[in-house]
Amino acid sequence: MQLDRIKELSAIAAKARLAGVSMVYGCASGHPGGSLSSMDILTMLYFEKMNIDPANPKMADRDRFVLSKGHCTPALYPILALRGFFPEEELKMFRSIDGHMSGHAEMNHVKGVDMSTGSLGQGLSAAVGMALASKMDGKTNRVYALMGDGEIAEGQIWEAAMSAAKYNLDNLCGIVDVNGLQIDGATKDVMPSEPLDKKWEAFGWNVIKADGHDFESLDKAFDEAAACKGKPSVILAKTVKGKGVSFMENNAGWHGKAPNAEQFEQAKAELEAVIKEMEG
Amino acid sequence: MGEVIATRAAYGKALVKYAEQYPELVVLDADLSGSTMTKDFSKACPERFFNMGIAEANMAGVAAGLAAAGKKPFINSFAMFSSGRAWEQVRNSICYPGLNVKVIGSHGGLSVGEDGATHQCIEDLALMRVIPGMTVLCPCDGYEMELAVKALLDYEGPAYMRLGRLAVETVTDAIEGYSFEIGKGVVLKDGTDVTIIAVGMMVQEALKAAELLAAEGISARVINMHTIKPLDTELVLKAAAETGAIVTSEEANIINGLGSAVAEVVAENCPVPVVRHGVNDEFGRSGKANLVLKAFGLTAEVIAEKAKLAISKKK
Repeated sequence: MQLDRIKELSAIAAKARLAGVSMVYGCASGHPGGSLSSMDILTMLYFEKMNIDPANPKMADRDRFVLSKGHCTPALYPILALRGFFPEEELKMFRSIDGHMSGHAEMNHVKGVDMSTGSLGQGLSAAVGMALASKMDGKTNRVYALMGDGEIAEGQIWEAAMSAAKYNLDNLCGIVDVNGLQIDGATKDVMPSEPLDKKWEAFGWNVIKADGHDFESLDKAFDEAAACKGKPSVILAKTVKGKGVSFMENNAGWHGKAPNAEQFEQAKAELEAVIKEMEG
Repeated sequence: MGEVIATRAAYGKALVKYAEQYPELVVLDADLSGSTMTKDFSKACPERFFNMGIAEANMAGVAAGLAAAGKKPFINSFAMFSSGRAWEQVRNSICYPGLNVKVIGSHGGLSVGEDGATHQCIEDLALMRVIPGMTVLCPCDGYEMELAVKALLDYEGPAYMRLGRLAVETVTDAIEGYSFEIGKGVVLKDGTDVTIIAVGMMVQEALKAAELLAAEGISARVINMHTIKPLDTELVLKAAAETGAIVTSEEANIINGLGSAVAEVVAENCPVPVVRHGVNDEFGRSGKANLVLKAFGLTAEVIAEKAKLAISKKK
């Protein structure tokens, strides 16, 4: 990737992080930790990889994305807004009784959302269905599903993993946001998920490891996934929960908590500095 | 006497019959295609049949994805698993987004027989009815089942339909011009003293009960309420006003199924005695289907008794 493009993507991701933290601060609830950890992954998908048209969100042959870790709308909604699906102004309606920006991903009211999610463990199955439909119709579009490393304790994920391998869904790419933390603490303590690579391999998937905050690494990973034929791919993206806001990083306490005014100002200052640096 | 055929058998035939007319129809099963009768469809249209293995939660979610991409998925398992095991997936992945998935529960009720309580699902109608926006059907015989499958193919949105394991007498084919409309109950026999509102295989028992009552000089109306939700409230209230007493009959727990649905509407709008007939909040047990039904009082004789009880409560 060109250095200029990496800087552009970094600026977009920082703007999305600021918008996401602002959403959570604005309604005093939501999930900043896992949203910040997955922001670079979403930036890469929506600004580099996915074939989508913000003017025609239901375009028949579009690539599709399922936010299986459906709580992380403070990542998805800002990315969709910045990509042009709807005005950024609408983000102020997040979790508001007066608006349509529900707490968890909602396909019928938020433009650009391909699947309603929020109950953990269910999104990969929906992505399998979408990929299956594309295969039946001979379409070449791709389907992506973003999971959390805590989420994959749900048995349904592994049911879905088996079915994707059975039907050779090479048009399906799962991404695990491996930030190592979940609401009750470290994933290794709550319910150990490692070794993730061996598990996914054993379930018949092509496993790719990436740095979830390095655009070059993600770029290469998504290209490798697209090039793999005959089986689904999963990208194990190593990330930092709370990435981009110093006091939220690697702290499970920020899984589902809103910052206070002082904390918000600090987060804002940190992210604005990144935006300035990347755009400077 | 009409053909004796299980509704699951008629369902399997209907899927094959309509396969060509509805190219978006896809059928998913969870390793029970020989029992749910989707096997014929799997042979006729192998490219549109997906055996998802013993994994009902994933089957429901995959169907949601297929529907989001424009297909018309029918997912199949025993009622216990499609409505029970996968309840939360049906609620959150299918019903909340309003996706066009048809959830099929075969082997509903006690007439599963020998397998016993773990597979005798008496809660499916209640579990599905309580989900916002869910349509709940339970046709009574093979003829009506074929009409119901067609109606579901033409209906956009989530719906649940129960099928039965046991072969039952076909009664609706003898009625000239019999039509099936989702949400519209059908008066199978008119009457003035009491109304029996039945669903599924209890419809046949209700018709027999009406004959038993007629022998005693009691005129019973019989309604086939194939759609539990949305309930045909107009027909229920008309029956309440005109006959002054109602018996509901279902091969399901009497809690939150047809009986509750009818009682809610009657209590709110036209209070008359309602007696609920069904499984009295207890688990089933193993045995030949007909003997299990008899042991739990799911017979014409007991419906007739309940009808007399309802009449006795009239003021």
